[in-house]
Amino acid sequence: MSEVSAPSRYHVADGPPRTVADFVLRWETILVALLILTVVVNATLSPYFLDVDNLLDATFNFSEKAMIALGMALLMIARDIDLSVAAIVALVSLLMGLSAVAGANTGALLVVALATGAACGAINGALVTGLALPAIVVTIGTMSLFRGVAQVALGDQALTQYPNALLSIGQGYVGAGVPVSFATFLILALGIGFVLHKTPFGRRIFAIGANPEAARFSGIGVKRIRFSLFVLSGLLSGLAAFFLTGRIGSTRPNIAQGWELEAVTMVVLGGVSIAGGSGTIPGVVLAVFVLGLTTFGMSLMNVPGIVINVLLGLLLIAVLAAPIVARRWLTAGR
Amino acid sequence: MFPNRSLFAVTLASPTKLAAGGTLVLSLSGVSKAFPGVLALHDVGLALNEGEVTALVGENGAGKSTLVKILTGIYTPDSGAVHVQGRSVAFRSPRDAWAAGIAAIHQETVMFDELSLAENIFMGHAPVTRMGRLDWQAMREKSRTLLDALESDLDPTTPVKQLGVAQKHMVEIARALSHDARVVIMDEPTAALSAREIEDLFRIVERLKKDGRAILFISHKFDEIFRIADRWTCLRDGEQVGEGLIAETVERELVSLMVGRSIDKVFPERQIALGKTMLEVEDLSHPTEFDGLTFSLRQGEILGLYGLVGAGRSEAMQCLFGLTRPSRGQIRIDGSKVELTSPAQAVAAGISYVPEDRQTQGAVLPFGVRENITLASLSRYTVSGVLSPARELNETRRLGDRLAVKAANWEQLLGELSGGNQQKVVIGKWLATRPRILILDEPTKGIDIGSKAAVHDFMNELAGEGLAIILISSELPEVMGMSDSILVMREGRIVARFQRGAASAEAVVRAASGLAQEAAE
Amino acid sequence: MKLHRETLLAGIVLALVIGVGLRAPAFVTLPSLLGVLTDTSLLFMLTLAQMGVLLTRGIDLSVAANLALTGMVAGLVNHAAPGLPILAIIALAIVFGAVLGLVNATLIAGLGIPPIVVTLGTLAIYRGAIFLIARGAWLTSKDMSPAFLATPKVQFLGLSSLVWIAAAVAIGAWIFLNHTAAGRALYAVGGNPVAARYCGIDLARQQLIVYVISGAVSGLCGYLWVSRYGIAYSDIALGYELTVIAACVIGGVSIAGGVGSVPGALLGALFLGVIVNALPVINVSPFWQMAISGAVILAAVIVNSRSERSVGKLILPEARRKAASVSGAAAS
Repeated sequence: MSEVSAPSRYHVADGPPRTVADFVLRWETILVALLILTVVVNATLSPYFLDVDNLLDATFNFSEKAMIALGMALLMIARDIDLSVAAIVALVSLLMGLSAVAGANTGALLVVALATGAACGAINGALVTGLALPAIVVTIGTMSLFRGVAQVALGDQALTQYPNALLSIGQGYVGAGVPVSFATFLILALGIGFVLHKTPFGRRIFAIGANPEAARFSGIGVKRIRFSLFVLSGLLSGLAAFFLTGRIGSTRPNIAQGWELEAVTMVVLGGVSIAGGSGTIPGVVLAVFVLGLTTFGMSLMNVPGIVINVLLGLLLIAVLAAPIVARRWLTAGR
Repeated sequence: MFPNRSLFAVTLASPTKLAAGGTLVLSLSGVSKAFPGVLALHDVGLALNEGEVTALVGENGAGKSTLVKILTGIYTPDSGAVHVQGRSVAFRSPRDAWAAGIAAIHQETVMFDELSLAENIFMGHAPVTRMGRLDWQAMREKSRTLLDALESDLDPTTPVKQLGVAQKHMVEIARALSHDARVVIMDEPTAALSAREIEDLFRIVERLKKDGRAILFISHKFDEIFRIADRWTCLRDGEQVGEGLIAETVERELVSLMVGRSIDKVFPERQIALGKTMLEVEDLSHPTEFDGLTFSLRQGEILGLYGLVGAGRSEAMQCLFGLTRPSRGQIRIDGSKVELTSPAQAVAAGISYVPEDRQTQGAVLPFGVRENITLASLSRYTVSGVLSPARELNETRRLGDRLAVKAANWEQLLGELSGGNQQKVVIGKWLATRPRILILDEPTKGIDIGSKAAVHDFMNELAGEGLAIILISSELPEVMGMSDSILVMREGRIVARFQRGAASAEAVVRAASGLAQEAAE
Repeated sequence: MKLHRETLLAGIVLALVIGVGLRAPAFVTLPSLLGVLTDTSLLFMLTLAQMGVLLTRGIDLSVAANLALTGMVAGLVNHAAPGLPILAIIALAIVFGAVLGLVNATLIAGLGIPPIVVTLGTLAIYRGAIFLIARGAWLTSKDMSPAFLATPKVQFLGLSSLVWIAAAVAIGAWIFLNHTAAGRALYAVGGNPVAARYCGIDLARQQLIVYVISGAVSGLCGYLWVSRYGIAYSDIALGYELTVIAACVIGGVSIAGGVGSVPGALLGALFLGVIVNALPVINVSPFWQMAISGAVILAAVIVNSRSERSVGKLILPEARRKAASVSGAAAS
């Protein structure tokens, strides 16, 4: 008698039993708690914190970084990384500056920004997927190369000739006091989150990060997808450069210095694993808010930037260490 | 349905009772080990004697690998006692196990590819000069001595990455001997070896026996067990269900004990009704892996592809599946030529390939069962581009039930299922693509006999439904029992073709090892 | 293959030096070359320390921040107690750096948090700490005692003390990595962590060793840097961790762990050192430095990977024969 044609002797439930603990222990829930804590602490320490206009203005300081973090999140879920994102911003800003000097209007500057960003991303993607080189080393190389080119071209000069339309986009609002850059970030987060969590493309990204070999054997175009994620990361860096240049109104060779590490911090704090295969966009968005509001709150109290970084470093380590320490503490009793 | 506990289950009062044959080297009693949600071992006992080979048999998931990990110090048992040469021991790390004289040789060799043979043998316990520096010369000389004892002429300074599988096993055995291991555990050591290499291995096992070492031999291959082992112990569902002398046992008894029910015939009867020709392959060739492959496949046919390990069968099928590019040749499906430059294209053309290496190529262990099953056919479950959880679940239930997958729920991580169930899920993933041609690469390797039978029945069903199946297998009985026609490959070429009924086991093996040619010369 | 790679790199460095010498003969004079060596001595040491970390599949991005913080601490101690013997200051720098490395080790080995994340965090913390302990102030040479500043200027047999210290570290590294069990265990842990565990090697202990040593070397270089340039503030050696990693990569150390050699690491650092010193001599603006570094890293990674390329399995007898004859010819 064939066992298989009879109904299976095993009863398999659709899903695991849902408990409150499952919900509470989710990374996103912990981030929400952290966000509430941040708001409460900062509101107590400064009367200016809970002002809506102030908060919305605070988003200026992190919206561009956050756009980059979205691209970084996808890459890291796919078990890659791009440390050249900040250097791409510098290079894009340089080319925008040169184009502006040559008379380009804002629309053309946007095209320049996106095209340059995508091209840089394509270079990264080609080296990593085409030649099968480790992403971390390649992007350290391209980081030096891209920023180096910007440095060579600019020396210690700055480009400041930008059309007003660009400045009003980078510094402007889109009604009800919401900055254009922040609104753009939110829309991008929605779109990218949707694609990642609800479409086959997104599922394939998770598969590539979880087991690239098995993904390949499962008919997933691993090289193609990884390449496209590098291009997307470059594109988002280009878009971030567009907004940043508009906001600052000038291009210097050290623009966006250190932003690659800030982006990685946002992504890791958001619950994306360095090893790939897991993470969520809502988590990254929450992490962006936690980091952004903490920075804003600190700056309201005139804490210097470098000291704020100490806090952010502590926060990053604490949030990652806490679950491990808690688990050990809880199982120590057994 | 048969009850879980078979009529043959034997409960033991004390494992040392049966050790009357020789000097006891290692004994376990009352060993239990639990993981969250799973009781891996319950009250298990084991007794190993000097100079004897004890076979450890059991289905996948029966607890064999957990037992080995406890013996090698990777896990600590929740309860129970381990005695080595009369002394009670508690291993807190692999180092303790080595120190107690227990060594293991694993199925997939665990070596340092970039380092030399000598370093691999002595890693962790290298000879040291008086001043604390590594004594390279002593290391080389001692390695030479050990390798000589194994009749190997390998050079101790060779980097391990240049060695073949059998040679790597040799190094692992040398490593075990370098610890002067009194207990040598061999976990499926013949899985990737050729017939001649297996003979070499058995000679070494005999020598180890003569040296008075105790050997724990884990294998699914009954012919090997009955040839090399003196005693046997059987595990099922984490419990010890029997032990005895090989000389006093027959294969059928062991199988029944393992499974808990008797298996009357190994292979299902085939009602063969072959349809039209579905696949034609002509002169398919690759620069280094295979050459001139020509064959065809009909609806409802099971084509067996036999050969020694490394004959190029998997490589040929992977090319058919679009994973690699051929240098020349033509593939025709339903009479029209197709260019398969990627697996996605192959799937679209109706070809699916279930890979040989489950862990790295077939299964995404961090994903759940549902996510694995739907992975190769995601576009089927979308509604205007968005994944529909309901559709995914439907397909998962359908295939999971049909394949009798044992899991707590469909979201359970694949890594938590047994090997046999993981394999079923992987097969399910490919069935979800509705293939017309299904290539199975060693589908029953390393899985228990119950799941094996299920897979065979399943293949039969699928062939009956009009699929064409290519079965790559290194197990002669399986190939001969399941196939309608057999192709034998050797060193990248097809060297023989047989039809069902017209093949003798001898002829097939001769073709695979090239003996027929040698006889002709 | 490994030998080939290092010889190739040595050849490239030599060619580079000769090439620059042709344009500017002053470059290849002994004082000039010794100057390059002196200038690169800190990079030599940091690269060797980072190699140890990379071997274990880890990474230490906090080395420059450690250097800067320890340098500041050394300077502050010297400022507060100018009479303290310099050897004591040096010992303090090494110990302090080691403690900073121990923080990394505890989080990485003790808690299992990925190294890139931990060292990103400590990078920010240590940099910020400089600002905090000095209250934003800078230390300049007039805040430092003459003895403090004298160390790099001491010469022995015509070579700066910096070169001798680097040589001592290099010899120590070579002995450790090639002649001690703990050193070889690093290759095991990075090459095959599972196998290393089976051999009884404790990953946590190996990680503890490399991160503490990395910290100690960073600390030592912190004092030497501050002493050499006579300045200490929060931004010294900013971004230098990437230069160190670049030197490792160029020197053939694999980011995936398990591969790397002392001569290779030294050559990688030397390569970057030559470039940095050659550019002003041949009238290339120092602004080119970063771009050239980047291009060299990419070239090094591409070249290193090519040598490990596999052409697919050799199954057909004619393919195996061809491969055997090729490697036979290469060996003879």
